[in-house]
Amino acid sequence: MSTLEIKNLHASVETPEGTKQILKGVDLTINSGETHAIMGPNGSGKSTLAYSLAGHPKYEITEGSVTLDGEDVLAMSVDERAKAGMFLAMQYPVEVPGVSVSNFLRTAKTAIDGEAPKLRTWVKDVKKSMDDLRMDSSFAERNVNEGFSGGEKKRHEILQMELLAPKIAVLDETDSGLDVDALRIVSEGVNRVKDNTGLGIMLITHYTRILKYIQPDFVHVFVNGQIAEQGGRELADRLEAEGYDRFLASA
Amino acid sequence: MTVTDHSRATADAAHTHGLGTPTPDASRADRPTSFDVDAFTVPTGREEEWRFSPLKDIKPMLADQATDGHLEWDVPALPEGVTLTEVSPADARERSVRAPGDRASAVAAAHAGGAMALTIAPNTVVDEPIQITVTGRGEDVRGHLLVEAGASSEATVIIERRGTATYSEFVSVDLADNAGLNLVLLQLWDEDAVHAGEVVARLGRDSRLRGSVVTLGGKAVRLNTSAAFAGEGASVDLFGLYFADSGQHQEHQLFVDHAVPRCTSRVTYKGALAGATARTVWIGDVLIRKEAEETDTYELNRNLVLTDGARADSVPNLEIETGEIAGAGHASATGRFDDEQMFYLRSRGISEEEARKLVVRGFFADLIQEIGVPTVEESLMKAIDLELEHVNEELAEEHA
Repeated sequence: MSTLEIKNLHASVETPEGTKQILKGVDLTINSGETHAIMGPNGSGKSTLAYSLAGHPKYEITEGSVTLDGEDVLAMSVDERAKAGMFLAMQYPVEVPGVSVSNFLRTAKTAIDGEAPKLRTWVKDVKKSMDDLRMDSSFAERNVNEGFSGGEKKRHEILQMELLAPKIAVLDETDSGLDVDALRIVSEGVNRVKDNTGLGIMLITHYTRILKYIQPDFVHVFVNGQIAEQGGRELADRLEAEGYDRFLASA
Repeated sequence: MTVTDHSRATADAAHTHGLGTPTPDASRADRPTSFDVDAFTVPTGREEEWRFSPLKDIKPMLADQATDGHLEWDVPALPEGVTLTEVSPADARERSVRAPGDRASAVAAAHAGGAMALTIAPNTVVDEPIQITVTGRGEDVRGHLLVEAGASSEATVIIERRGTATYSEFVSVDLADNAGLNLVLLQLWDEDAVHAGEVVARLGRDSRLRGSVVTLGGKAVRLNTSAAFAGEGASVDLFGLYFADSGQHQEHQLFVDHAVPRCTSRVTYKGALAGATARTVWIGDVLIRKEAEETDTYELNRNLVLTDGARADSVPNLEIETGEIAGAGHASATGRFDDEQMFYLRSRGISEEEARKLVVRGFFADLIQEIGVPTVEESLMKAIDLELEHVNEELAEEHA
């Protein structure tokens, strides 16, 4: 049982026009096995929240705290956060030329576990996970994200999540740009990992469509760098019907 | 990132791409060659072939003066059919495939006091690589070397340069008909060495040259490699790997001269740069003459910039004088290992050092496999890891 606790989180970013405050006091607790949908309009700071949790150098944390099972996440380097059990599935996964997927996965697994995985079980695990995500085996020899389609990139993110087995995963608009088939495959993958490992999930999304496939336990409406409203599944249904206008007017 | 790629370039009378070539020669073939030092003026740095070069470091090697320094040669017991002999200056000139193509090279040939000749007798097939190590002892050295592969011979020759020197050389590589030669030149100098070299190869009918150049060490290294086809059906593969860190200038110029029909050339050079003052230059010229029908050529240069400040110049030039070619193309790209890539890898638990290693090893892996000598391949991976450790230390200091 793990708990990610975000308290009063403030984050800013340097822009040509000066320092811009983006997160303005985020409070959120995610436990193992829970799925929290973070929904909000574009520019509300959802991705900043995701990147801040992962430790992207572009964002400066100006106030607040983040702990994972009591450990200070903000004091950790980017790779230390991953080793502690945090995972960020990125909205725009980065191409890394010259590094094959199989080499990348093995290196990451070795880094997370502190020792190289046993070859035989590892090869089997990778193959099973790739099969489940309908990824052709030739994928393993391609360079990381190089020439991948949008759907392939997202499946590759979920593949990593399954193999690295984090405690808490932040899925940053994993559904954006996916057709229905790809969305279903990716969602099944997320559900499978959750069922198998008791993963806690922060599911950042702009659309309600993915919530047909991944059942949220909690829905949070994110507006102007803060959580504006919280509720259950029904809140998502209301957003589906009404959109974000109600929140934007008051913001 | 800039990419030019003409996998099947159209045949213009003179098809040339370059980064602002100031006043190009009418053709690359028009550059003079001579054993007479005075045939070349002392470069000012404005000349096309010198404009990227660190003339301050190279200057001592441009003076028409004798030196008394030597490199120490460590030569293994040579297999039957292979000899290493000293050759008189007159014979050295006579047996070179052509005259030097620039002043540094002409000075080297003029003051080397003759040449060392590594000769592989016709029909000799040597299975084991012939590994020669030359070590500099901090002296000023001029060198002239002949590598002669006899008809239908087959051999692998590795020449490894270590230690430190101010060293200029003229290397002639002669492949007789149907000879196969794998020549590996390793520049593993200490960090203060300065090296200006010209390697000129002539390929006889149906001969095969695989030439690999690896430059990791030295303060300034400038290597000019030329390959000219003298007979039909020959092929040349030129591979290069370089890794420059702060304070290093590594320059590789290439010229493949397709003067006869039905020959194949591939040029593949890859370089990594790390450190604010790391500097690399790659110039790849290919000339397909009117006679050279059914030529098949492709040249590629890739650079990986690991840190801010490092600079990689890459200039591919393709001159095509006939429309009857099988294929001609070039590609040049300089990419950066940027903060986003670093963040992505680190977000998967991979440390900064490991991330850099992963990327650099991946970048060079396929190229290293092309060298075709397992012992060299292994030691190169180790040498690259060492370079990376050096880079990591340097970056750690910068951050401190």
